[in-house]
Amino acid sequence: MTTTPTTTPDSGFGWFLFFVRIRQTVFKIIFYAILIAWALFSIAPLYFTLVFSFKPVVDAYAPPIWWPTPFTLDNYQTILGTFDLFPRWVVNSINISLVVTLLRVLFCAMAGYAFARIEFPLKKILFNVLLVSMMMPGIVTLIPSFLIIGPGLVRGGLTLGDLAIPTGFGLLDSHWAVILPGVADAFGVFMMTQFYKSFPRELEEAAVMDGSGRWSTFFRIVLPISQTQLLTLGLLTFQGAWNNFLWPLIVLRSPENFTLPIGLQWFRGEYYTLYSVVLAGSLFNTLPILIIFFIFQRYFIRSVASTGSKEG
Amino acid sequence: MISAGRRRKLSEAIDGYLFISPWLIIFAIFSVISLGYAVYLSFTSYNLLRPPEWHGLEGYQRVLNDELFMTKALPNTFKFVLIVVPIQTALSLVLAFTMDQKLRYRRFFRTVFYLPSVTSSVVISLIFVWLFAPQGIFNQITGLTNNWLNDPATAFYVIMGLNIFTTAGTLMLIFLAGLQDISSTIYEASEIDGANAVQKFFYITIPMLRPVIFFVVTVGVIGCFQVFDQIFIMTAGGPLDSTTTITYLIYKWAFRDTTIKMGQAASLAVILTFIILVVTLLQRRVIEGSGSSAER
Repeated sequence: MTTTPTTTPDSGFGWFLFFVRIRQTVFKIIFYAILIAWALFSIAPLYFTLVFSFKPVVDAYAPPIWWPTPFTLDNYQTILGTFDLFPRWVVNSINISLVVTLLRVLFCAMAGYAFARIEFPLKKILFNVLLVSMMMPGIVTLIPSFLIIGPGLVRGGLTLGDLAIPTGFGLLDSHWAVILPGVADAFGVFMMTQFYKSFPRELEEAAVMDGSGRWSTFFRIVLPISQTQLLTLGLLTFQGAWNNFLWPLIVLRSPENFTLPIGLQWFRGEYYTLYSVVLAGSLFNTLPILIIFFIFQRYFIRSVASTGSKEG
Repeated sequence: MISAGRRRKLSEAIDGYLFISPWLIIFAIFSVISLGYAVYLSFTSYNLLRPPEWHGLEGYQRVLNDELFMTKALPNTFKFVLIVVPIQTALSLVLAFTMDQKLRYRRFFRTVFYLPSVTSSVVISLIFVWLFAPQGIFNQITGLTNNWLNDPATAFYVIMGLNIFTTAGTLMLIFLAGLQDISSTIYEASEIDGANAVQKFFYITIPMLRPVIFFVVTVGVIGCFQVFDQIFIMTAGGPLDSTTTITYLIYKWAFRDTTIKMGQAASLAVILTFIILVVTLLQRRVIEGSGSSAER
């Protein structure tokens, strides 16, 4: 009750500001609590993996859990020295991911450029097919893609008179089986098309005026000026190819051809008592992506953000 | 005689096709032909040994009469979507909203939150198998003794938790980009009117973000309906088929079972595609219908 005559409207307002500030502080504390809690959650699995990769195999489940005592490098020695399949998987993964990334980025840029700049028959229809295919769940083409890469859609091939038409590549258990379907991507083409559509034509036109053909204009002018976009698409592709699981699982058969994720899963099945080795190996799958992520963080975040804003 | 104009048009068309051909050929083979053949296969029975035999709708009938599909895979898949999508959407929205406040160390938090999304599904699944083992770290910290992944009552929830954990970071980044498009003057105006953070979240952020929410939910639904890697590695559909989902069942029929059932698996893949299509369309109506402005 404000019976005291000293109360002025001014001090009442002061109290209001004080109340607002307290409320802000409370919210700030809540916000920080949320952020810190989720940050701890996010780091925990990788932290424990790191700790236990430095502990002996027999201690895979033994405390202490916060610090690697007793400390050992045995698991890494196993991976890099005694178990010679492991370096192979790393090399396989690097090869496949790099080839997929380079080819996909190039093909997507070329197709995107054509959709944005060049007039050709059936362009609209093709682009609509592309848009629809982006909505299609990948699982529906899994079985036919497997048949095409491997034994063929029609057993024994199609015959047209004397002519035998193969309906499959017969590439099972080879790296090309993993690479080939990966180099064409609808989303990538869509992304590059949107990019080139929003891109000023002047530079290209100047080059054409100087007598440069379409191909040399594309490779000498267009590709270099779209490098940010290409890098964004490249990072997205590389991460996907590096972590890909279901497709290589189906088409790769012999351990020496495995990629790292398939290899790790296979190793876990064969040597399930050596979980510390699995953990150390897991870090080899995580670390390269992590390093690339830290270097190119800006582009990673851009690429993820762009998937959202372009669609809406 | 061809006029110069027509010749230029022709050469442009040829260039156009040369530019798209590397992509188009692969795309045609692995997407268009593949899709067509998947539909064809779905009407046949095919075990790789003999040519596909046309059976009409029998494959679909067999799927719908399959006990594993009707009593496990179908309900499990819907359960997975209905639990994971709302939680991961809400969680990543709250995280993004929190990140959008003017707080310190935002870059640090953003990086850390994205870590689980950078880690591959295989690696994080292998890690979770170990964390949730009977003598694993999760039990050690919580003092529990459950055998999480071998218990039909808990296994599926661990996989759901893992999915929420790994996707929250990506979805948060998408939301964050959307949030930064909301003009700060709207927030400032609401502050003058005395709105607190909770009110701002419900009365400004959520309505303004509707298109992004639609996108995130769509991506979530499509992804969750196709969950595979985590299930393959953590439980292989078990224990007692409690974690068998539609995608896992497709894989099982086509590639894992001793009697290969590629036709039936193709039928199921087509059914799944329809389910995803219908759910996506329904969800679009719900999200766009629930508010006035879906314009962006």
